[in-house]
Amino acid sequence: MKKELKLTVNGQPYDIYVKPKTLLSEALRDHLGLTGTKRGCNSSSCGACTVVLNGMAVKSCSILALQANGGEVTTVEGLARGTELHPLQKAFLDHGSFQCGFCTSGMLMSSKALLDENPKPTKEQIKEGIDGNICRCTGYNSIIRALTAVVKGEYKEEK
Amino acid sequence: MIRDFEYLTPKTIKEALTLWDKYGDEAKIIAGGQSLLVLMRQGLVAPKYLIDIKGISELNYIKSDAKVGLRIGALTTHRTIEKSPLIRKGFAVLAEMENRLASIQTRNWGTIGGNICHADPAGDPAPVLIALKATLTTASIKGERSMAVEDFELDYFETALEPGELLTEIQVPASPSHTGAAYSKFNIIQSDLATVGVAVSVTLGAGDGICQDIRIALGAAAPTAMRAKKAEAAVRGKKITENLLKEAGEIASTEVEPISDIVASEEYRRELVKVMVKRVGKEALDRAKRA
Repeated sequence: MKKELKLTVNGQPYDIYVKPKTLLSEALRDHLGLTGTKRGCNSSSCGACTVVLNGMAVKSCSILALQANGGEVTTVEGLARGTELHPLQKAFLDHGSFQCGFCTSGMLMSSKALLDENPKPTKEQIKEGIDGNICRCTGYNSIIRALTAVVKGEYKEEK
Repeated sequence: MIRDFEYLTPKTIKEALTLWDKYGDEAKIIAGGQSLLVLMRQGLVAPKYLIDIKGISELNYIKSDAKVGLRIGALTTHRTIEKSPLIRKGFAVLAEMENRLASIQTRNWGTIGGNICHADPAGDPAPVLIALKATLTTASIKGERSMAVEDFELDYFETALEPGELLTEIQVPASPSHTGAAYSKFNIIQSDLATVGVAVSVTLGAGDGICQDIRIALGAAAPTAMRAKKAEAAVRGKKITENLLKEAGEIASTEVEPISDIVASEEYRRELVKVMVKRVGKEALDRAKRA
């Protein structure tokens, strides 16, 4: 039997009905149409499905949607403000921080959670922050460079 | 594909225990679900009822207790333990272990109680808790039980929990003076499970530097987290030297029962035990000297 799920996603409240077995990643992609969150390994290994839930990076393929009931979710769609990209997105573009792009939304969300918690991470802390995200095009160095540039204040958020 | 189930969300321990008792074998408890959901997706576990206890706030705490030492509620997340000032100050090895457990995303949602009840022999918390002589409390509608963490895991993914019984709390006693503890695991990818994990706690005598007590606990080296008791006995009562630690590692490697799998062969794991007992033992000894 379906159950009610109330979620605030990227600032917008949703009230939907899902089967209890629905994963958070499925609720976001299949019910809300937010396909920026990627379904990769579907077994908590790759990090492509990373979203920010109540301020924490989590793997949305490994949480039941109903476990997030009442929570606040930020997905990659919530980073840009209108047509203005988020500083992390600009830095990823400038530093060529992706090739195929499949890991990118997860990388961005892990990066966002890291910087929200610690705006001035060291290189080691940056590495630890994206440790749960796998990139098979071997883009780690360019991702670390992008994050370092944001940490240095090279990409200010426009007011 | 996950099979359909009925989803129940008790808000108190009492409600959870009543449901757990009522549905018995047809039910499964989910906390963070970081291990369980993988098994459910593979069809290995298909409960008719899923009792979600993650919302039970009375099981989410870290407290310092003058008599018991440290008390950790079963639903405390790995990340909370990793970052707790209380734990970093008095039980640093626990924070050190949590920092090596899976990825930040998993630590943010997964709980220490869930990890222990999953009883994966490669889990990180159990060896450290065993080295620290931790105990735990379980509850059922019949009442509470207490046991050593060492006695909790029975076999691969099997625990001493009886039907209807829930893990509620973990207690870590304060260490005696001149005690040092360390944990390390070997793995290829930082966020992976341990190929072999080793936790050592050493207590030295005041002044003489003789080993009063030592615990050597191993992960991913047998069907459950285990103590290398013969290796401990070889060290206890003696002055710890590098040679003695090397000997302890050699003894420990004969006590373990590792498996061969995709990650490492049995032989390789035994070799790792040998090397890591020595290394982690050395780190624990150095910390005991400074303590």
